[in-house]
Amino acid sequence: MTATSVTGRQPTVRSAARADATAAAPVAFRGVGRAFESAGAVRPVLRDLDLDVAAGEILAILGPSGCGKSTLLRIAGGLDRPTSGEVAIDGTPVAPYDRRTGVGFQEPRLLPWRTIAKNVALGLPRGTPRETARTQVARLLELVGLADFAGHRPREVSGGMAQRASLARALARNPGVLLLDEPFGALDALTRLKMQDLLLDVHAAEPTTVLLVTHDVDEALQLADRVILLGAEGDEPGAVIRQTVVVPGRRPRDRGSAELAELRGRLLDGLGIDRHGVARGVETTTTIPHYPY
Amino acid sequence: MSGTDAAKTTSTDRAGLPDGSVDRHFAAPVVVGRPTAAAGSYDESGTDVGPDAKDTGPAASVAPRSREPRDRRPLTRRRWFVVVGGALLPIALLLVWQLVSTNGLVPVSQLPSPEMVWLAAIDLAQRGLLGQYVAISTQRVLLGFATGAAIGLALGAVVGLSRLGDILLAPTLGAIRAVPSLAWVPLLILWFKIGEESKIILIAIGAFFPVYTIVAAALRHVDRQLLEAGRAFGRHGISLFATVQLPAVVPSVLSALRLALAQSWLFLVAAELIASSMGLGFLLVDSGNNGRIDRIFLAIILLAVLGKLTDAIIGLFERRAILRWA
Repeated sequence: MTATSVTGRQPTVRSAARADATAAAPVAFRGVGRAFESAGAVRPVLRDLDLDVAAGEILAILGPSGCGKSTLLRIAGGLDRPTSGEVAIDGTPVAPYDRRTGVGFQEPRLLPWRTIAKNVALGLPRGTPRETARTQVARLLELVGLADFAGHRPREVSGGMAQRASLARALARNPGVLLLDEPFGALDALTRLKMQDLLLDVHAAEPTTVLLVTHDVDEALQLADRVILLGAEGDEPGAVIRQTVVVPGRRPRDRGSAELAELRGRLLDGLGIDRHGVARGVETTTTIPHYPY
Repeated sequence: MSGTDAAKTTSTDRAGLPDGSVDRHFAAPVVVGRPTAAAGSYDESGTDVGPDAKDTGPAASVAPRSREPRDRRPLTRRRWFVVVGGALLPIALLLVWQLVSTNGLVPVSQLPSPEMVWLAAIDLAQRGLLGQYVAISTQRVLLGFATGAAIGLALGAVVGLSRLGDILLAPTLGAIRAVPSLAWVPLLILWFKIGEESKIILIAIGAFFPVYTIVAAALRHVDRQLLEAGRAFGRHGISLFATVQLPAVVPSVLSALRLALAQSWLFLVAAELIASSMGLGFLLVDSGNNGRIDRIFLAIILLAVLGKLTDAIIGLFERRAILRWA
């Protein structure tokens, strides 16, 4: 199967016209491949991947476990290096731990000895003046609804709160590209829905480019302008882009819409999942088996 | 609901957390990750103000009809019980000791009575020797401990943080650690004579290894995910060390120091037994030669008290550090 565009429309970049402090940056992957070496054997994970992400776009990266979604994201942020090809943000190659990116990890990864506010401050660019830093952190905590918990330690707040703090920390860099690696994966279903709405609010307030890795087809359809499906093709090892789906409609989207249900079916097919649950029109939380609940 | 519970609920409400009127031992706020320490161990933010002394004041004013706010913590969590419980065995031992020695079950040449030991202490104090011995021994321990711990921290940091440092230093230090401590004594005496240096160096060797080993291992095992997060947010080198690695190992460093201090007392006695003219180790060996069993008992008791005292001081820091950094 080759990369197919389900609808011919180009992704709408809602934020392009808006003048904002955040300068959303486009990301370009050119022939990116990544192979890991273990016990003498070379195991290709990503193979010759070409991808353009527009400034301000929300791109969801979908795929089965271990297909290289996170690797792709890490390469985009300079947390990992491709074995072949290159990635550029705004036309310049990605540097190790690139400053133009903000990373939201699957786990909150907050420093347990720092308060929530100081954890968020960790994300600020180095050398931010103290006064600016304080107002920035206060604004971000307000944005993610944690203003009342600024002085709490990570262990004193819930998983959802910690993940929100982690999101605020990533935003503190004023990133051109926000990289989110299954940021809501470890949360319960209800909290996850709330966090998705929060992410949309945040994106509306600070329209940055977002690369979102997820297991969850519904999450991808709810949040993204465009969804790419990674996976191996044929017998050759290493993932390629197997499908590209431009999601129609403006956000926030109706979670129960028939159009989305149709797309969900397609993506589930692409993931090799039987569609028998889809027809019931039930809001499924565990879209995919093997999900680590 | 008792008075303390009322106070508890208000403090929880203030923090905007869910209703805290459940049993207080389960009333921790929404918590993720590792289970928190004892109830009442939270910080000043008032999330879970402990049901300790400062809690009873407002509680009493909230519910004046209850004669005394009932402490519902289990017995083993109450301070008075911890103190009394810890003192029970020593008191019992003292009583048995007194009984056995007054009944003449064991001759005084084998077991002096507590009174004889007390008199020996007074006698030595009057000659000005007791204070001098305690002072010189403590000084040796502190100097040796400080030197050994400082070098241990430095080398532990090098080996724990740098792959190259690990490759170059770890095998050699491991081999030196394998040398039984007393094997150094003849060499130290030849090199440094029977002065303060030889003793302090021996104690420093004793203090060095726990600190070096624990600190190196702790630094090597700092959570990789936190390290990556630190790097992802622009920290590297010294700033990564200061932001992530150092705070992460503070509790381990304090346990290492505690262990090193215990080792220091051990090595002090070894050093003073072998060659010295004052100090508690000298008191031991001198009294052994003169058959002054009362003084031997005195020296042992003094070592126990001094060791426990210095350990308690570091233990205090350790507990605070765990609260602050873990």
